[in-house]
Amino acid sequence: MTVLIKGARVLGGDPADLLLDDGRIAAVGGRLSATGATVVDADGLVALPGLVDLHTHLREPGREDAETVETGSRAAALGGFTAVHAMANTDPVADTAGVVEQVWRLGRQSGLVDVVPVGAVTVGLRGERLAELGAMADSAARVRVFSDDGHCVADPALMRRALEYVKAFDGVVAQHAEEPRLTAGAQMNEGDLSARLGLTGWPAAAEEAVVARDVLLAEHVGARLHVCHVSTAGSVEILRWAKSRGVQVTAEVTPHHLLLTEAAAASYDPVFKVNPPLRTDTDVQALRAGLADGTIDAVATDHAPHAVEDKESEWAQARPGMLGLEQALSVVLETLVEPGLLDWAGVADRMAVRPAAIGRLDGHGRPLTPGEPANLLLLDPAARAVVDPAALASRSRNSPYAGRELPGRVVATFLRGEATVLDGKAQK
Amino acid sequence: MKRHLLEAADLDRADATLVLDTAAQIESALAGREVKKLPTLRGRTVVNLFYEDSTRTRISFELAAKRLSADVINFSAKGSSVSKGESLKDTALTLEAMGSDAIVVRHPSSGAPHRLAGWVRGSVVNAGDGTHEHPTQALLDAYTIRRRLGRLDGVRVAVVGDVLHSRVARSNVWLLSTLGAEVTLVAPPTLLPVGVGSWPVQVSYDLDAVLPKADVVMMLRVQLERMNASFFPSAREYSRRYGLDALRLAALGDEAVVMHPGPMNRGMEIAADVADSVRSTIVEQVANGVSVRMAVLYLLLGGASS
Ligand SMILES: [Zn+2]
Repeated sequence: MTVLIKGARVLGGDPADLLLDDGRIAAVGGRLSATGATVVDADGLVALPGLVDLHTHLREPGREDAETVETGSRAAALGGFTAVHAMANTDPVADTAGVVEQVWRLGRQSGLVDVVPVGAVTVGLRGERLAELGAMADSAARVRVFSDDGHCVADPALMRRALEYVKAFDGVVAQHAEEPRLTAGAQMNEGDLSARLGLTGWPAAAEEAVVARDVLLAEHVGARLHVCHVSTAGSVEILRWAKSRGVQVTAEVTPHHLLLTEAAAASYDPVFKVNPPLRTDTDVQALRAGLADGTIDAVATDHAPHAVEDKESEWAQARPGMLGLEQALSVVLETLVEPGLLDWAGVADRMAVRPAAIGRLDGHGRPLTPGEPANLLLLDPAARAVVDPAALASRSRNSPYAGRELPGRVVATFLRGEATVLDGKAQK
Repeated sequence: MKRHLLEAADLDRADATLVLDTAAQIESALAGREVKKLPTLRGRTVVNLFYEDSTRTRISFELAAKRLSADVINFSAKGSSVSKGESLKDTALTLEAMGSDAIVVRHPSSGAPHRLAGWVRGSVVNAGDGTHEHPTQALLDAYTIRRRLGRLDGVRVAVVGDVLHSRVARSNVWLLSTLGAEVTLVAPPTLLPVGVGSWPVQVSYDLDAVLPKADVVMMLRVQLERMNASFFPSAREYSRRYGLDALRLAALGDEAVVMHPGPMNRGMEIAADVADSVRSTIVEQVANGVSVRMAVLYLLLGGASS
């Protein structure tokens, strides 16, 4: 397939044409032509490298009623992603080569994004003994990111061993930082509002204590640590300190932690229940600043689909988690680009380049230049739309942005030169 | 009045005073009557939906509804479809279809009455949700204080004990401060919520320092399982530092009263002779609870709709 994109602003620069041929970018320049090519009019659109998500829950195997690899991949493509890391807390848990290869194959079948399985750090996510990390690394899925996400690897000795062990295949441990003894029964951020609502608090210190511990361990053993969904101002400070010491630590922040605050919990509507919880305005400002100055490396969605019965309930009974893939770029536009905290190159860096580097993905997060894989998206930054959960591609409806107007619309996504999304519609 | 009574924090001074005044009117209307019943809610249906056992609260609401001539359905979560996994929403819609005009709900999850209120057309009365609120308890406490002391404005109330887990304490903080009382919370720091600094209250860790200045001492129930979770070292130490015994009772002013929402741990937070003393309002609180709940149901169901 040959595609000629006319007049796109690469990373927001001057309009140029892009010729995609045989899965690669064949040429970039003014007034290109190609006979037989599909022509895409990109007047006013911004071209960015295809986004890479480090943190997606696809729910297959086990909860196909909430999401499947295919429906989640479609949501990802519509959000401008060309690769997603599928978290390991499925049923069965992705803690063996067999399960990660199954997920990887389902991703290949969907053909909408590259689905990169994350392997569990410990058997059954139980935090007791290491899973066969090497077998997962050596499998067809080539796992490089390992995480017990949903659970913290709380035992410091086990965490140290995991950090050390994955060095053998250039892996990284992605930690869900939550000291479980400090968050027993926790339902929302601990503070004035939790006291008032009578919901058990999740103190910021429960995250920060583990982030601090883990960066010290990573420094001591010289290993790569990635901190999942950073949510507090204190964590940003610790990361800034660790990076200044040269610790090999990276971190991600979710779109919802960049936009929403704990105030949403006052409705008791469990669509706003998430782990880690939504925090205060002070935290939100620190997360935006941390992402803008590079202390936080990446935006990762923590896309967490849930079936209606798991959300339409009392707050305490509801499962934590929010949808994120389809609105991620719009939220970054709203919270960072429009306020002038991040330019288009910065967006490409935090949503494609660095996440691909952390996951050691070749072929994603590359510059939009001749010879590179044609993984990219076209965005209309001037468009605005009200989020309608009924219109989402995800099999679930638990979007925290329902009814909210957000900027930006992904018009097209290309995976190795093939349009997975065109005119805002999924092509498969 | 709003359509629902979900939390005391929702009540402004006018609404709260209206409830207390209505309760007083109802009480005098029934005084001396042989049949303690008013025809006000005839033909209306009140459902007591209890996900947590609380015989005294359920009976109080049941009596209140029956004295207003409403039909009452008691719906206990135990042994029903609810315990087999039916969701709160399905239960709400079923009760709605059966024609309930008001649902009185007790639930172990904070915010459950708020969810319920979003799913039904009738009124929802919060009869205690998790560690959030128990607004009719606060209303009956305020009613009791006003009856005993003749006022609420400027009354100094010490609320003593497990504030952290107490919906009674939360409701009293909001309601009493709305009505002009000065509230002091007294507890070990482990049993006070982290956000207490933003509440309209004073905080003290020292019961003996607070007692001489208090017009009302409201003792909260302390659950012994808190001891096992290290909220305090031992029952003995708790009782010595925060229990109300005869010696501490003597430190109170002449007019001061002692309250307890029940059920009590005699000998733990309150000594038996203190609970039974003339200072104690514990029996009155139970009686006043029926009048106040009648006032609430009347105002939510009778007052507005006819
Ligand atoms: Zn997580």
